[in-house]
Amino acid sequence: MSAPSRRAMLAQAGSVLALSAAPAIAATGPDFPFPGGNGARPLASDFPQKGAMVLQRSRPPLLETPFTDFDSSVFTPNDKFFVRWHWSVIPTEVNADSFRLKVHGQVDRELSLSISDLMKFKRVEIAAVNQCSGNSRGFFEPRIPGAQWGNGGMGNARWTGVRLSEVLDKAGVKSGAMAARFSGLDEPAVSDGPRFKKSLSIERARRPEVIIAYAMNGKKLPLLNGYPIRLIVPGWYSTYWIKMLSDIELLDAPDDNYWMKTAYLIPDTSHADMKPGQTGVTMVPINRMVPRSFITNLGAGARVKANAPAKLRGMAMGGDCGVAKVEVSGDGGQNWHDAKLGHDEGPYSFRQWTAALTMGPPGEASLAVRCTNTIGETQPDTPNWNPSGFMRNVVERLSVTLV
Amino acid sequence: MKAIAIAGYVLLGLMALPVPAISQAMDLPPDAAVFPDGPNVKTVTQNCLACHSADMVLDQPLLPRATWTAEITKMRNVYKAPIGDADAALIVDYLAATHAPP
Repeated sequence: MSAPSRRAMLAQAGSVLALSAAPAIAATGPDFPFPGGNGARPLASDFPQKGAMVLQRSRPPLLETPFTDFDSSVFTPNDKFFVRWHWSVIPTEVNADSFRLKVHGQVDRELSLSISDLMKFKRVEIAAVNQCSGNSRGFFEPRIPGAQWGNGGMGNARWTGVRLSEVLDKAGVKSGAMAARFSGLDEPAVSDGPRFKKSLSIERARRPEVIIAYAMNGKKLPLLNGYPIRLIVPGWYSTYWIKMLSDIELLDAPDDNYWMKTAYLIPDTSHADMKPGQTGVTMVPINRMVPRSFITNLGAGARVKANAPAKLRGMAMGGDCGVAKVEVSGDGGQNWHDAKLGHDEGPYSFRQWTAALTMGPPGEASLAVRCTNTIGETQPDTPNWNPSGFMRNVVERLSVTLV
Repeated sequence: MKAIAIAGYVLLGLMALPVPAISQAMDLPPDAAVFPDGPNVKTVTQNCLACHSADMVLDQPLLPRATWTAEITKMRNVYKAPIGDADAALIVDYLAATHAPP
């Protein structure tokens, strides 16, 4: 058996102190309609550089964006951007002068880059959605252990930084390199726990949209979102977007570390869908995102005027490509009407939409919205299921009362 | 062209600092939740809080004993939580008593 690290002991001491402190929880938060219940969550406003967030877990921090925040802007404000860490040992302080990003392994020249070294590379900017692999996990049925996200484990930002490919070129990737492995300053709470590391193929790492970001929506990143630099992998799930990026290792073989080989796997099937208990399914590392869309100006149970046009508003994402079409339905998905797409911020961004939909007679109604992306994929009518609760993208439905 | 880029950069800098030029520090709030009373709650608190706050557990759906057993095994074998056999059994008993379907 292993001994807990000193840090873990300190963390434990801290938590014991916390038992006697008054919990700093603010107003009532959402009560997510998860199958089987237990969806009530508080709002917390005491996390550094964060506004009111849905508190999913204090330590390591797991903070969800309140869904109404997605209605205000196509870009998610930094202080409302979701937060997710795997290990509790997160630096509470980063010195921008002494911070270094190391590039090593299968390279011609090892690099140790300061922030000012990084700033010498060409500055690029890209709008991209960052979404947790398990966003919306709480809605899976049967339920699955893990972070019980509602739909707010995602956000959209304009990221500023430098191309990863240019940094790799400066190091000179050797011809035998097969993968680039990334890790940050966070550490396991137990000395022999698996450090959080994720890998991309060299081909993926070299894509022009993959950047090392030092700014988010024109400002430095909040520490909880990865200050001082974070890997940005547009179109792919957040698990690859390493926060506080401090180490890039070029490997001469496929990465077999726990976080690539065992965790974050999806069934290699259409919609990453399988049956509970099904065996013999080939599992692969999660990768590209899929289309999603949401109504943001109405909540479940909203009262809407009957026999009149209702203005609907929301946002959509294509996954790893742009949004081609958003459709809305006022009858639970029997009839669909095209929504009007808002300004195009690029293929990896949220895309806002608006629609005027004539409501039926008084009574209950089910509104629905679905997105088709630019490679022709449409959100499925039935939810997917897999043992980790990843990649949910079923057509969203919203019950309203027509009055 | 370069001068324009620099000018734009400086202008942006006046509105908001776009670069991590200064260091940052933070204080994280204390844990918000505690494990409610139940059998072996002291053992649960002593072991589980080493790595994560109680809400990690309390926010889970009600899960059958077999699933809780698998979760504790994962915490020990994968995440290397230093929990002995005896304590592991006590923790599973607590979860099965307080956070499992009827």
